[in-house]
Amino acid sequence: MPKVNLSHFEASLLFALFTSVVLGVITKRTDRERLRYGLYCFACFLAAIFGLSWLMYLGHG
Amino acid sequence: MAENTVAQTAKAQPLPKPVPIGKWLPAVALGWLIPGGGHFLLKRPGRGALLGGAVVLTFLFGLMMRGTLFEPQSGDLLTTVIYYGGFLGDLLSGILYLLSVMLAYSQPDMAGHVHDYGTKFLVAAGLLNLLAMVDAFEIATGKKD
Repeated sequence: MPKVNLSHFEASLLFALFTSVVLGVITKRTDRERLRYGLYCFACFLAAIFGLSWLMYLGHG
Repeated sequence: MAENTVAQTAKAQPLPKPVPIGKWLPAVALGWLIPGGGHFLLKRPGRGALLGGAVVLTFLFGLMMRGTLFEPQSGDLLTTVIYYGGFLGDLLSGILYLLSVMLAYSQPDMAGHVHDYGTKFLVAAGLLNLLAMVDAFEIATGKKD
């Protein structure tokens, strides 16, 4: 099994991607709604990643 | 007065009949063992492939980041919750966890963000599979299309 070294950002992005796929697939009834909800979840994850990153950066001084 | 209202409400909305266990157990059990397998059994191959792919890739990335598989360990409350919870999360990945243990995957808990993310990915794969199992249950019992 190869070893991968991902940065915080890459690992968070992968987690967001896989979780968004699952949340999109299981929550809505039509394929269009699933796609939209999956993209919405992914966008929310991205917003949280960037928002919290800036918050920590500014909070750290 | 209040008793009458409660009685009328209960009369108006009878409790749903429990679904026979044989109707949903095979799909849920297969969904646990093989991520996405429950959906294949219920003839939802597209959704099964997406769910299975997401769970398997999350678990594989966890392994490639050399995450730690939790073992049940008791102690103070926080230790018990973390280790038993983590073990349950790992176990929910089904055959992926069983194969890893059978093939003697063993990674000590090491410092570093990559290992830490790996450990979280391994647990997250099990939790995503739990969501897939709940979805398979709802499809099997007719609560969802």
